[in-house]
Amino acid sequence: MPLDLICPAGSLVSLKAAIDYGADAVYMGFRDNTNARAFPGLNFDEAQAAEGLRYAHDRGRRVLLALNTYPQPDSWSRWTGAVDRAAKLGMDAVILADAGLMRYAVKQHPQLRLHLSVQGSATSYEAVNLYREHFGIQRAVLPRVLSLPQVENVVRHTDVEIELFGFGGLCVMVEGRCLLSSYCTGESPNSAGVCSPPKAVQWTDTPAGLESRLNGVLLDRYGKNEKAGYPTLCKGRFEVGGETYYAIEEPTSLNTLDLLPEMLKIGIAAIKIEGRQRSPAYVTQVTKVWRAAIDAVKKNADSFKPTPAWQAELNKLSEGQSHTLGAYHRPWK
Amino acid sequence: MLNFVFPAPLAKLVTQLPVAPPSRVFSMLANRLLWPALKTLDWQPLVGRRYAIRVKDLGFSLRFTVTQHGFAPIRGAPDLTISATARDFLLLLSRREDPDTLFFSRRLVSEGDTELGLTIKNLLDALDPESVLHHLPKPLADAAQRLMGA
Repeated sequence: MPLDLICPAGSLVSLKAAIDYGADAVYMGFRDNTNARAFPGLNFDEAQAAEGLRYAHDRGRRVLLALNTYPQPDSWSRWTGAVDRAAKLGMDAVILADAGLMRYAVKQHPQLRLHLSVQGSATSYEAVNLYREHFGIQRAVLPRVLSLPQVENVVRHTDVEIELFGFGGLCVMVEGRCLLSSYCTGESPNSAGVCSPPKAVQWTDTPAGLESRLNGVLLDRYGKNEKAGYPTLCKGRFEVGGETYYAIEEPTSLNTLDLLPEMLKIGIAAIKIEGRQRSPAYVTQVTKVWRAAIDAVKKNADSFKPTPAWQAELNKLSEGQSHTLGAYHRPWK
Repeated sequence: MLNFVFPAPLAKLVTQLPVAPPSRVFSMLANRLLWPALKTLDWQPLVGRRYAIRVKDLGFSLRFTVTQHGFAPIRGAPDLTISATARDFLLLLSRREDPDTLFFSRRLVSEGDTELGLTIKNLLDALDPESVLHHLPKPLADAAQRLMGA
């Protein structure tokens, strides 16, 4: 079925909310840095993962496991151990970024379904097909750098199912290759599993505004009525050439409700919702809206129009000042 | 949307209380009503740290620590302070709003040890609300359910 709804789950409570409100699949991570949301107290131990799988499978839904950080030589076995556990638990797929880990998975667990993570940074059908030929990947999550015509071109030239991000926080879109936070913290997102390790983050309410710092480096100062964002280096405001502004990227959220008819037409397999770090309330709200929208577009793509109520609900949940269609929509292309 | 505004005369009365009694009352009530459900969680990383919940519109702070046996009131500087209005705290408790949403819109402020704050958020998010309701006295459980419903 095209346009499966894939929702984030940082806990069992969130997983159940996603399933109850209509996700076709959820994605989760284990409780360590083998996934890119390695926050303290978040994610699933083995027993919780087993319970989550049971809950989803009893209702005919699927569970995908994000193993999307890059193993380091001295801790390689942590990642291979996670692949083994995923296979033993009966995960419906593992979402991998590292080619070495894919090779391990194919050799040790040939029955395990592999998805190429957005962190794998495959933006062309040649790259996607290479992963298909070597590791038999079934699906690829495309980085958020392509316009829809470019996405369509990938879909047309591959058998691999294509999954796109539909909603949630955006990043500077050098997915899988970003080293930015390591300049402040010594830890890069792709090996440590977080952009800004919480132990390095400091918030201070000052007379001049709310300040966020990463390991002492001032990232931003929010005025009284300004919306705040996540404390990441890429979304900070910096003084460049005598001007203080978002020198790298403005904090905005992706929202592609408007593009659903085109995504359906192109043959997109699944829409991914960002936010494993968010709470069950977010998962509930966002799943409800996207379930309704996907059902509506499948019923009649020609007359589909996102309702103002859906947009208002999603805007409320967003990081930053506004939402955007991201790279998908480039009128100048 | 939850239509909740703390009644003004009551708010005025509460703001006139010194810090210690609200903290003591909070710890006592939380231990009686919530700890039976909360004690199943892994509190190890949070034990012995000092917390303050600042209810902005009512002008008081609840200061407490967590021990192996529940909450205990404290005085002095906390490691972590969470500030919001009474209404927003209720929205969070009833899982009607996501803390990040309130944070982006500046309705929730976390100061001090960020890692500690995230650990608590994730610990409480993982708590099955049914298990809390199950331990509450019936009138309170009914009220909580009404708050979470709607």
